[in-house]
Amino acid sequence: MNEPLLQVKNLCTSFNVDSGEVRAVNGISFNLDKGKVLGIVGESGSGKSVTAYSIMRILVEPGRITGGQILFNGEDIVQYSKKQMREFRGKRVSIIFQDPMTSLNPVYTIGNQLREAILLHTDRNHEQANARALEMLQLVGVNEPEKRLKQYPHELSGGMRQRVMIAMALACEPDILIADEPTTALDVTIQAQILELMQSLQKKMGMAIIMITHDLGVIADMCDEIIVMYAGRICERGTADEIFYNPRHEYTKGLLRSIPRLDAGHTRLIPIAGSPVDLTNMPKGCAFASRCDNCMKICLSELPEELDINDFHKASCWMNVKQVYDEAAAEKEADSK
Amino acid sequence: MLKYTIKRVLLAVVTVFIISAITFFAMNAIPGGPFAKEKAPDPAVQAALEARFNLDKPVHQQFIIYLKNLLHGDFGISLKTGREISQIIGEKFAVSAKVGGIAAACAVVLGLILGSVAALCRNRWPDRLIIFLTTLFVSVPSFILATILLLVFALTLKWVGVFDANNPNYVLPVISLMLYPMSYITRLTKSSMLDVLGQDYIRTARAKGVRDSLVIFKHALRNALIPVITYVGPMVAYILTGSMVVETVFTIGGLGTEFVRSINNQDYPLIMATTIFLAVLMVIATLLSDLVYKLVDPKITFD
Amino acid sequence: MTYNADKLPKKNLLSLQIDVKKFEKATDEEKAQHETMRESTTFFRDGMRKLRKNPLAMISLVVLIALVLTIIIVPMFYPYSYEQMITVNGKRDKTAKNLAPFTYSKNEQKAIEEGQKIFPHIFGTDELCRDYFIRVVYGARVSLSVGLFASLIVLVIGLLYGSISGYFGGKVDMVMMRIVDIIYSLPDTLMVVLLSVVMNQVLGNALKGSIVSKIGPNMISLFVVFGVLYWVGMARLVRGQILSIKNNEYVLAARAMGAKPGRIIRKHILPNCMSVIIISVALQIPSAIFTESFLSFIGLGVQAPMPSLGSLANAARGGMQSYPYKMVFPAIIICLIVLSFNLLGDGLRDAFDPKLRR
Repeated sequence: MNEPLLQVKNLCTSFNVDSGEVRAVNGISFNLDKGKVLGIVGESGSGKSVTAYSIMRILVEPGRITGGQILFNGEDIVQYSKKQMREFRGKRVSIIFQDPMTSLNPVYTIGNQLREAILLHTDRNHEQANARALEMLQLVGVNEPEKRLKQYPHELSGGMRQRVMIAMALACEPDILIADEPTTALDVTIQAQILELMQSLQKKMGMAIIMITHDLGVIADMCDEIIVMYAGRICERGTADEIFYNPRHEYTKGLLRSIPRLDAGHTRLIPIAGSPVDLTNMPKGCAFASRCDNCMKICLSELPEELDINDFHKASCWMNVKQVYDEAAAEKEADSK
Repeated sequence: MLKYTIKRVLLAVVTVFIISAITFFAMNAIPGGPFAKEKAPDPAVQAALEARFNLDKPVHQQFIIYLKNLLHGDFGISLKTGREISQIIGEKFAVSAKVGGIAAACAVVLGLILGSVAALCRNRWPDRLIIFLTTLFVSVPSFILATILLLVFALTLKWVGVFDANNPNYVLPVISLMLYPMSYITRLTKSSMLDVLGQDYIRTARAKGVRDSLVIFKHALRNALIPVITYVGPMVAYILTGSMVVETVFTIGGLGTEFVRSINNQDYPLIMATTIFLAVLMVIATLLSDLVYKLVDPKITFD
Repeated sequence: MTYNADKLPKKNLLSLQIDVKKFEKATDEEKAQHETMRESTTFFRDGMRKLRKNPLAMISLVVLIALVLTIIIVPMFYPYSYEQMITVNGKRDKTAKNLAPFTYSKNEQKAIEEGQKIFPHIFGTDELCRDYFIRVVYGARVSLSVGLFASLIVLVIGLLYGSISGYFGGKVDMVMMRIVDIIYSLPDTLMVVLLSVVMNQVLGNALKGSIVSKIGPNMISLFVVFGVLYWVGMARLVRGQILSIKNNEYVLAARAMGAKPGRIIRKHILPNCMSVIIISVALQIPSAIFTESFLSFIGLGVQAPMPSLGSLANAARGGMQSYPYKMVFPAIIICLIVLSFNLLGDGLRDAFDPKLRR
């Protein structure tokens, strides 16, 4: 069996703020194989972006990784020195951010910023870097790439800038591309274009992608595997088909109910009631319990373990345990008859 | 950009005109002021005054004539000494410009360095020390600061000589002039730097694998500098008014000393001319810093 | 698809021996209890908590309160006056010139030997045989009132002008803001000096005999100049706040839900403006005190014999080497006042300015 490209083991990330320790990521584990697409879904504050920043180790004060391992090709990058980390970022793993309007430095030209990334990680000279930058801009479908190189970010539209960000992230052919809500800040029409672009680039270049979003619909047909996060924990994971057609966690079911669907006729959208939990003061038991319609007594006192639903699907919900018990009880009853 | 430039230049011209008008008419309102006949020290000055200001004509015409003369570089003559004011200003301003120029340069350089250090060491001791000291410096009136510096370093410890014109030692005057603007720039740089360091593009740079020092000097500092440019105008104004105090305390024969002396002597033409001259300098400085700001700030779209 | 986490076979679940009762549906109360709610705090309370945690700001506040109490209470019982020579046994004491702190003049020593009790000169005396402590107290009174009064003028004019401009918007706003632009570009210190020179001459005679003549025409001109020039900063600030708040989504939302304008102003615009305005007033006071001391320095300060801290420090410059304490006391008090206001203003900004919240 091949070793996965990236293994996250029991990762914990916290922010120390005035009111206490915010446990943004609370012991999550997942693997990413070469060339696969992993989707991480969850609402704001569920810890998905923090997971991404933890992998890049670009958390800002007062955030820090408090536990766990992040193994890249078997090496723990949490233990990497600053220098090793610099070589890792941009070369092995790249990231693109939510808001392309603010993610490019306003005082440098597009060309300058693209070249910087290339010069940092390859031994190309200035001209070669420029050529590579041009090549990348063409690859991501920026029109008039020569002109763009000399332009400043504010002269480009949002969609263009996100393409530039993608070009910059992929310029050094990283093994993993993390896309942190790459389409959230864009117009709907542009969203589809960017997603399509990412898919085609993934096929061309063969990198693995971690796709972070709060919108399940966005990643439905793109991901090999989907992780659903809530309050810093993984509540359900599985193939896209399993997550969509056989959700086994109450939160995922809620998420799915709140997506507009074309095939479902006139059913009303059902929002998830309540608001996310206070991460400084996590309740006992399941974090979603107080918002859950099917909340049971056990949910309030004990944390559900992650259980296999089938070979392609796991979930952490007491409902699944109850189901097993109910089935067993039914069997017993049938036996006794 | 062109539209903005024209607008700003127009505003500056209007401002200069208003300042001249306020100065002129305010001086005219003084009973026994510069234009009253009994005030002039000797008949020669009196005669020159009458000729210069056409005192027989109505006030608004006098004003127009005065403005015309100003445009030709003719500021009138001093009541006290009878000298051409344009000469006095030219001579004295050279001294002030030297001290003020050095002070401004030091303030900018030191302010930028201290501000960046404070931002990078946020909430650690260098930050706290710098912020405490700069808060202290902006809390001392400049004449008290200048006097204390003079008393301690020149008169008591004798580390530096007392200022004299033949052997000028600019250390203490420059320090007293510079501390306030330096402190201001420090705090401005710090907050601007913190603001920039929280921006998304800094995260992008770090995610690219740029080393920390380069993130700061290449990606952050250039953006952080932009707001500091807007302070250059006010700083010039501060240094020009501050020079009145500092030059008097250190007995430097500059324009500041001259201005204070003219007020005490009630030498109205000189007060008037110096006020207008200084005001024009300040307006120009503000105009330039605003234009440069617009020019270097890429976030503004040029339309 | 491969998973690394240990597989938990379904069958083992039954061996967990979970009490089936636990699978009962939880009641709403249980659910409500479960979630430990974040302690709800108001904006003001949260700000106050932050302010209390800021030691510098709290020390400044204490210093300011102590100073204000001192300058109010001390003149009530203090045996010397700020404008009169010290008298011993009803006679003017000419030997009490330039005494060092806590020393007595010859005449006073004689009187002490005769068994009289004489109040010590805490800060010594000045060249006109006046008790220096009470002069410094009065100086602080004048400087503080100048600062407070000038800031009040700025606040009132700026608030009115800014809110009118911001509220009406459109053409009114444009014209009003062009006026502000022009006034803003006038060099304020120069204008203060100029107007002081003029007012000194114009008002000098007119004021004689009235109460205001005690502080002198220069202070009146200072107030006038503050009233004419310095309010523009405040007006811009208030207008900007009102404009930005007016267009905020939450105000739109409130309006859409049918909130009355009065409620919108009370609940949304005022609380969001207040912090910025209070901070700016706190930082305006030191600036006024600075301006006053600057005017004193160039000889345009308060009318003698009324002292201000600036004029006291300036007068002391002459005999600085012989009597450094005469410089030091007013200088320290000025710095203390200005520093306290600056630190308090900074503390208020850190605690209440929502833009600084992270």
